[in-house]
Amino acid sequence: MNALNPEKQPLLALVNRETPLDPTAYEQKGGWRGVRRALAMSPAEVIEEVTKSKLRGRGGAGFSTGMKWSFVPKEPANERRKYIVANGDEMEPGTFKDRILVEGHPLQLIEGMIISAYAIQAAYGVIFLRGEYHLGLERLQQAVEQARAAGWLGKNILGSGFDFDIHVHPSAGRYICGEETALLTALEGRRANPRSKPPFPQIGGLWGAPTVVNNIETFSNIPHILANGFEWYLGLSACEDGGTKLYGVSGRAKRPGVFELPLGTTLGVILNECAGGMQDGYKLRAFLPGGASTAFLGAEHADIVMDYPTPEKAGSRLGTGLAILLDDRTSPIGMIRNLEHFFAQESCGWCTPCRDGLPWVERLLIEIEEGRGTEQDLARLKDAARLIGPMGRTFCAHAPGAIAPLDSGLKLFAEDFAQHIRRSTHTDRAGDVSERAA
Amino acid sequence: MSTAELTAQGAELPPDLVQTFIDMAHHEHHARGASIEALRLVQERFGWISDAHLAHTARILGMSQADLDGIATYFNLLFRKPVGKKVIMLCDSVSCYIMGQEQTRERLCKKLGVKVGETTPDGEFTLLPIVCLGHCDHAPAMLIGKDLYGPVRPEDIDAIIDEAREKTQ
Repeated sequence: MNALNPEKQPLLALVNRETPLDPTAYEQKGGWRGVRRALAMSPAEVIEEVTKSKLRGRGGAGFSTGMKWSFVPKEPANERRKYIVANGDEMEPGTFKDRILVEGHPLQLIEGMIISAYAIQAAYGVIFLRGEYHLGLERLQQAVEQARAAGWLGKNILGSGFDFDIHVHPSAGRYICGEETALLTALEGRRANPRSKPPFPQIGGLWGAPTVVNNIETFSNIPHILANGFEWYLGLSACEDGGTKLYGVSGRAKRPGVFELPLGTTLGVILNECAGGMQDGYKLRAFLPGGASTAFLGAEHADIVMDYPTPEKAGSRLGTGLAILLDDRTSPIGMIRNLEHFFAQESCGWCTPCRDGLPWVERLLIEIEEGRGTEQDLARLKDAARLIGPMGRTFCAHAPGAIAPLDSGLKLFAEDFAQHIRRSTHTDRAGDVSERAA
Repeated sequence: MSTAELTAQGAELPPDLVQTFIDMAHHEHHARGASIEALRLVQERFGWISDAHLAHTARILGMSQADLDGIATYFNLLFRKPVGKKVIMLCDSVSCYIMGQEQTRERLCKKLGVKVGETTPDGEFTLLPIVCLGHCDHAPAMLIGKDLYGPVRPEDIDAIIDEAREKTQ
């Protein structure tokens, strides 16, 4: 990690997985410049700087960060309770970037949260971290204590009159907690069901108060934008949106991992130059560009630009920017069955299409994978994709995300499905089929 | 039955935890905001959440026992039954699947002599599946207690389990 250039890889340059920086060492390496500059500006100017930087949320949805902040009512901190929440749930299969940030450089996140809190005039922040990140939790708790002892958290930060403190909340584990309204419900001590919007959290969030929820990678960008200005930040990018992105790959690559690159880098560069290409004896067949809840793209897209609009034009999403590779020796049906098992298990149960539809999808996939599938099963899967998938059938994006790999996989791997069904023993179980149809 | 299990069955929460929960409840906007962290602390102390401890925690936070049980049974990391001294969580998500998690799981089950979801007869280990541990660049991944391992190939299992068993003794 030492070879990273802070000018080009600001997020990872100071990451140290063995011993993260303490507040003094961080300052010696250029830290806390962002928060110093922010506190000398007005909150509105800070929001404007972030808006101009064209930073889009790094948790998956890609909404403009500055615009999100601008929706928060403008009263000063002492007149209305407001909250800042860092979303570190990171339970999306295939995504492992926030772990590196919290384990290796938690003060960067804390500085980003202080600046964000000042911008919306929030006095209280929460870091919501998934419960399995034991080392990350330990490092964050230590960093919050160190930052408080050094005067970066608490009352009257840097003599500005601004008060802000952070609580670290370890989750008890459910994928849906990564959805921002479900996360807030969990923080209120309830089962983490999502809430209908509006009101959006910026108006009515935690305990009904205005709340900004941003991903950990998003917050980690903020100190650099404030320290170096929006123009510098725009210059880091290879596309129209600002900044670098933590990209990564998992699957049969030679060196899977996370890499900080200009936003808009191609998958070809990420896979071949950073991750060393595919392992010997394996070919890239398809990939999920940004985690389990994104649609498959075929190998013909292997050099796709990984910005926000391009994967969308190709029928998928950038998501979290961490691609999962499907090689030519792994069964695509097995992979989709694994994905749908995950989504069925992690459905919170709030909405019927998601709660009842996803286990049904999983059962059909098991039938097909185990050689008992029928043409009707394939038709049922297509129906399920059509009925469960579109946005608006459910409160949150869990069901649409769950259907994305299935829907795209049924098209991309149509021949694999057809072959499995041709080879299956379904003629022996015509009775089963009519029984189920009845 | 271990001392911790005996304590959890009959007794109320120890006074220091009661005080911690009262402090947490006051700190939160509403007392129930402390519920998940309180249950985590009970589990950290006793390994799992017994009916008696759940009921006592609910009383402190001003919640019904059913309400708090609804939370305890919702979250993957809260256990309402006793578990072994160490919980092994084997990631079963997509990157680990691609990298051969199923073979690793078979070897692990054979080594421990249990199925996924069970506790070894000596009470040392409980084997559970877990969704993505965020260690996808080192797949297949697993956690033993708080220790993260990966990539865990079938041939690594014997040494890892033998070492973990030595550590608990």
